[in-house]
Amino acid sequence: MAEIRMDDLTKIYDDGTLAVGEFTLTIEDGEFLVLVGPSGCGKSTVLRMIAGLEDITRGEMHIGDNLVNDVTPKDRDIAMVFQNYALYPHMTVRDNMAFGLKLRKTPKDEIRRRVAEAAGILEITDLLDRKPKALSGGQRQRVAMGRAIVREPAAFLMDEPLSNLDAKLRVQMRAELERIHNRLETTTVYVTHDQVEAMTLGDRVAVLRAVSPARPYNLQQVGPPHELFNDPQNLFVAGFIGSPAMNMIYARLEAEGEDVWVVFGDYRLKVDPRTLERHPGLENRTNEELVMGVRPTSMEASVIAGPDPDRTMRITAEVDENLGAEVFVHHTLNLRPVITPDVEELLADAGQTPESLGDTTEFVARISSDVDVTKGEQLDVVIDTRKLFFFDPKSGSRIGARSATAAAG
Amino acid sequence: MRWRPWLWLAPALILLAVFLVWPVIRTIWISFHSGSIINPTREFVGLENYQELFTNDPAFIKYDLPPWSALFNSALWVGLFTLGVIAFGLLVGVLADKVKYEKTAKAIVFLPLVVSFTAASVVFRLVYSTDPNIGLINAMLGLIGFGPVAFLGEPNLVNFAIIGAGIWVWTALSMTILAASYKALPEETHEAAAVDGASEWQVFWRVSLPQMKGPIIVVAVTMIINALKAVDLVLIMTTGGPGFSSRIVGFTVYWEIFNNNAAGYGSAVAVVLLVMMAPLMWWQMRQIRAAEAR
Repeated sequence: MAEIRMDDLTKIYDDGTLAVGEFTLTIEDGEFLVLVGPSGCGKSTVLRMIAGLEDITRGEMHIGDNLVNDVTPKDRDIAMVFQNYALYPHMTVRDNMAFGLKLRKTPKDEIRRRVAEAAGILEITDLLDRKPKALSGGQRQRVAMGRAIVREPAAFLMDEPLSNLDAKLRVQMRAELERIHNRLETTTVYVTHDQVEAMTLGDRVAVLRAVSPARPYNLQQVGPPHELFNDPQNLFVAGFIGSPAMNMIYARLEAEGEDVWVVFGDYRLKVDPRTLERHPGLENRTNEELVMGVRPTSMEASVIAGPDPDRTMRITAEVDENLGAEVFVHHTLNLRPVITPDVEELLADAGQTPESLGDTTEFVARISSDVDVTKGEQLDVVIDTRKLFFFDPKSGSRIGARSATAAAG
Repeated sequence: MRWRPWLWLAPALILLAVFLVWPVIRTIWISFHSGSIINPTREFVGLENYQELFTNDPAFIKYDLPPWSALFNSALWVGLFTLGVIAFGLLVGVLADKVKYEKTAKAIVFLPLVVSFTAASVVFRLVYSTDPNIGLINAMLGLIGFGPVAFLGEPNLVNFAIIGAGIWVWTALSMTILAASYKALPEETHEAAAVDGASEWQVFWRVSLPQMKGPIIVVAVTMIINALKAVDLVLIMTTGGPGFSSRIVGFTVYWEIFNNNAAGYGSAVAVVLLVMMAPLMWWQMRQIRAAEAR
């Protein structure tokens, strides 16, 4: 068990590419920390630096009390689960799991005990004498976990361990990972590009993003899942966390006596004071173009929520996705889409280009499936204006956001 | 009657029969006779050739010391040559993978395979020459105050010298096969082993090497067969000498039939060679079939 401390970690590859910059993060003893971000954001590089598989160009890495910058992987006392499992194909499941212990000259009885115990936890006792090629993907995944568990290491490192499993198995293994972590309470660093995985597994989640000349650091925000969801510090985090994604709309604020209204297109909504409280300084940004963010989950059909004309949008149900308990209704706003560097990066990760958005803004609302939605019909939706977000269109930062370093602390 | 499949197989079967099965049978038949390759009046002698071979031919098998004779030397070849080719192939293949000038290094090691064996043999005869102005090795030994050593004239050295040349020639092929197989190993298993606590040496021995078992067997069997049937290196470098101390079984077949004009006796040696190789080939076929079944 150990804390992992990274101070101003930097990784520059031989060809001069800056992969990781100014990375400062402390992972507490026993914590389950998730590194999440689109591909190319440096999350795997950070994990590999913790493992010792990648040299550290600058900065300091401590595992426990030891400075490990120049310590080889074998002496770092960490165990790693790889995306492709990386089982030794010529060894049985038992030997795969015992390999690390044999190398450390652990007594035979102890090896047998630990392998049996880990196999019990993972329910793979029947498979111990098989070779990896005789196992299914889910079973291989368990063996890879078992190989890490028997080591009883200071920390587990997991590099997208569930990404090769089908959806159902992934959900099942996710629950299992959580159970194992609760039982062993070993410090765990987990890399994924799947924000749902990140939100469900992490005690804390760190959102990473590829560095750019203007922004030579990867870490965008780190905090418990609910904090990332309810208090994103910039457009990137806001757009990355949450499914379906947050609606982003160009809007302006208008003051009217005591009240503040947000105006976009033909719509006018009354902003709740609590939104203003969450955005210190927002009251000074009236009559200029801002980016408004509102999550589809902060909405409800007015027939359910009750009439609230100051906070109601009348939309047309162009597409509806019925998920059983809820319906996602799609509507097109006749406004140019929000395109900032943050949004472009998120689009690229989803395989889209800014051009593919056209010159309108898509708007998604979540409503209860008790409401009858007819395609093409109009629908009144009440917006929870306590939960609006406002961002600076140039910097992408939340209005009144904590500074980047404070967010990373 | 299902004759159709046989029709399609016929061309291959006929070719096999004419160029493989018939010569084998014919060789066995000739080995029971005396006489030369061009002499039409051969005499049936039964097992006499074999008896001579195993009891009375010190060039083939010697029952006293030093043991240098065809059968013993072939055993030496099978062991040393095969091990040497695999070891150097692995060494170059794996080390080249870790350097920037990988392709250049591999190309240089690959060169000998492009050169004809005859040329390589001539080159090595020069390399081993006792004249320090010609012999590279004796020139180097001379620099540190040794020699000159007659590598090809000394019964206790000559076999090792020729095996050395053989290794030089065949390492190219071994390296090509083993380097490709090493490259194909999943990098992640190496990383997993490193994290599991293995040193680089342990990663190689306990994770990489066992995964290369298949290709290593292929190279080993090929090299054992090469060792048994080798003719050219010995013929050109020493013609089996000094005396007959560098003869090997493959060379003996050639020497008896074409030089001593003893077709029957040479054929008997060839049959012995066949018997030595057969189990090996059978085993290799099984390995290949097992690999295909997987």
